[in-house]
Amino acid sequence: MSASDNHSGASPGGPDRPAGEDPLVTPRARQGRAPDVFRPGAWLPMREYPEDEPVDFAIIGTGAGGSTLACRLAEHGFGVVALEAGPFWRPLEDFASDELEQSKLYWLDERITDGEDPIEMGRNNSGRSVGGSMVHFAMVSLRFRPEWFSARSSLGYGVDWPIPWQEMWRYYAEVEEALKIAGPVRYPWGPPRGRYPYRAHEVNAAGLVLARGCEALGIPWAPVPLATVSAPRGQSPPCVYRGFCIIGCSTNAKQSPLVTWIPRAIRAGAEIRDLAMAGRVELGPRGRVSGVHYHREGRWRFQRARNVVVAGYAVETPRLLLNSACPAFPDGLANRSGLVGKNLMVHSGHGVFGRVEEEVRWYKGPPSLALTEHWNYTDTGKDFDGGYVPMSQGPLPVEWANVLTARGIWGEDLRQRMTDYIHGAGAKIVGEVMPQERNRVTLDAEQDRFGLPVARVTFSYCDNDRRLIRHALRFQRQLLEGAGVTGLFDVEDTAHLMGTCRMGTDPVRSVTDADGRCWDIPNLWVCDGSLFPTSGAVNPSLTIQALACRAADRIRTLARRGEL
Amino acid sequence: MAESMHRFPGYDVLAKRDTPSWNPQTRRVIEERLALPPQAHGFFTEAEWRTLNAVCARILPQPPDRADPVPIAALLDQQMQQNRGDGFRQADMPPLREAWRRGLAAIEAEARLRHGAAFHALAAAQQDALLHSIQQGEVRAAEWQGLPVAHFFKARLLHDIVDAYYAHPTAWNEIGFGGPASPRGYVRMGFDRRDPWEAVERKP
Repeated sequence: MSASDNHSGASPGGPDRPAGEDPLVTPRARQGRAPDVFRPGAWLPMREYPEDEPVDFAIIGTGAGGSTLACRLAEHGFGVVALEAGPFWRPLEDFASDELEQSKLYWLDERITDGEDPIEMGRNNSGRSVGGSMVHFAMVSLRFRPEWFSARSSLGYGVDWPIPWQEMWRYYAEVEEALKIAGPVRYPWGPPRGRYPYRAHEVNAAGLVLARGCEALGIPWAPVPLATVSAPRGQSPPCVYRGFCIIGCSTNAKQSPLVTWIPRAIRAGAEIRDLAMAGRVELGPRGRVSGVHYHREGRWRFQRARNVVVAGYAVETPRLLLNSACPAFPDGLANRSGLVGKNLMVHSGHGVFGRVEEEVRWYKGPPSLALTEHWNYTDTGKDFDGGYVPMSQGPLPVEWANVLTARGIWGEDLRQRMTDYIHGAGAKIVGEVMPQERNRVTLDAEQDRFGLPVARVTFSYCDNDRRLIRHALRFQRQLLEGAGVTGLFDVEDTAHLMGTCRMGTDPVRSVTDADGRCWDIPNLWVCDGSLFPTSGAVNPSLTIQALACRAADRIRTLARRGEL
Repeated sequence: MAESMHRFPGYDVLAKRDTPSWNPQTRRVIEERLALPPQAHGFFTEAEWRTLNAVCARILPQPPDRADPVPIAALLDQQMQQNRGDGFRQADMPPLREAWRRGLAAIEAEARLRHGAAFHALAAAQQDALLHSIQQGEVRAAEWQGLPVAHFFKARLLHDIVDAYYAHPTAWNEIGFGGPASPRGYVRMGFDRRDPWEAVERKP
């Protein structure tokens, strides 16, 4: 496939935008400036680093992990260059209220999927933009249950994380403050916590259906803590409940990295390079990496670096390490453990949907405004390990139509059922999935437009996963029946990606230490969802950002001690 | 269902085009989509085009009294020209363009094998029966070789047709979707609450 073969006609601005201004074709962050996302046509001054002098940190990827780390390292005084394969969007000018158009936010270069339960990629769980998939995430910002950080020793399954929960709690608070999470005054689960920085959002009818079901069952529910502001914040206006959150926020109410960590990082002296696709990390002398080969503006380049951080998420991170194999590391860089690419996890996204008499109009507001963490914090009455959290749903039309067609419905029947759209209601879970070595990312023989081998993503549920899914479907049926929802049906889905470069305390059983530092190469780091030893049962972005904040502080400490 | 039986009579998302519900980039994108000529095709051959149109008409049959049917086939042709896939495919599935070409050829071969006629020339009931067989993976034509039949039907044929149809304002009108909503979003969020710029549902 040639470069022009992909996205050739899919210029986001349409035919009237000059080619030189197409952010999918021409980088925006260059010549000492980067887009100011808050002001149309405006720019922020941006420091630039030469390629031939080693920068302190070259970070690959600007999602939840990379952008947060870039910001905090720059604020700690390190030199930072962050490479992003995707474009640098200006949401106020580039984002339309249209599902088809906004597919430009996804990683649309091919991945091959297989296994017994092949994962849907693309719009489901990928992003390629400055800000990563958080540019189109559903904003759900939950902390892990404390015991999940010691899943093996406290709950008897999976493996322990190398970081105690008390330490994570401090960093969760830091991230919640940085994103001004809007949440309830009293959150019903977990250890006592301070109040959320911003007040909770009004719960829409779709959320009230879930609340009604919980109250019928006598279990607690809560408004979802969300990364979209409920009151003005700096240049972010309060959320206007337009409901297109998962295809990108066009008002900047959403506190994605694109409007939070990235502008902070640039102000603190980091350089962001958009449309910069990393191809290989170079191993230099003395067992240390020397920099990154990356493709930008039509040719391959090399950025020298004292440290390289891989933050491409659970598919691109192992893909890059595996593709960086060299004589010293024939099975992939930093892969003496053989675990790079293994233990890939998703979240089960199984749900139940139906119809209520009232008009719900679930396209209004953030897609998930109510949840219950009952089964995350209750250990009795389960025939499975792990937890799950049902959340209310608000699918857009194309997404909803795909839910119906997945049941095999088409023809006049489909058109008829779709006319019930404004009466739809339902719930889907974020369900914990166990780590298994057979679930993994490998390199396929097929090549992408850069000549790099594409990722092959292999996934199968295990028996415990299937028991959890059965339990969750049964429970959600009870919940929705209690809420007066009729015509119930089950749907299968997944969300999120985790694992593939797990951290740990033992170089034989993990790829990195608790700081994301690779056991095999001391100046090579990982900072994204790949680090997760277990998946937990909440959306991963808050935890990824907390890990990145922690890693930045640890790196500062190590640098002061001369241990970098 | 005739257009005159519409659940949301008189509702037209396009009437909001010049209100605060539509920003300039949305206007530009939707205008482009609406300007697509229904017969425009540069990717599909004439034979493929006839089969495709007949398939689309069965997957999403549109009301006979609809003045401007959603040009599903033209939207698919545009998708093929842009090679706009999903960002993944199962290991046994060919890439986007190849999957469609082979799939349409196989549908045509299946029709000729069963009925001795082109797919587009079959009666609607015959077309539906044939599509149901494909959905179940029950096919006989040799042209299906190398194509995971049921998965092709669900993940490619159905998926792409439905994506194209429900990305069109005419489909949004039909289901009472609010349509584009930026910078103005919504105010009334609760049960049976409707903002003045939302669709009114016809009650039985």
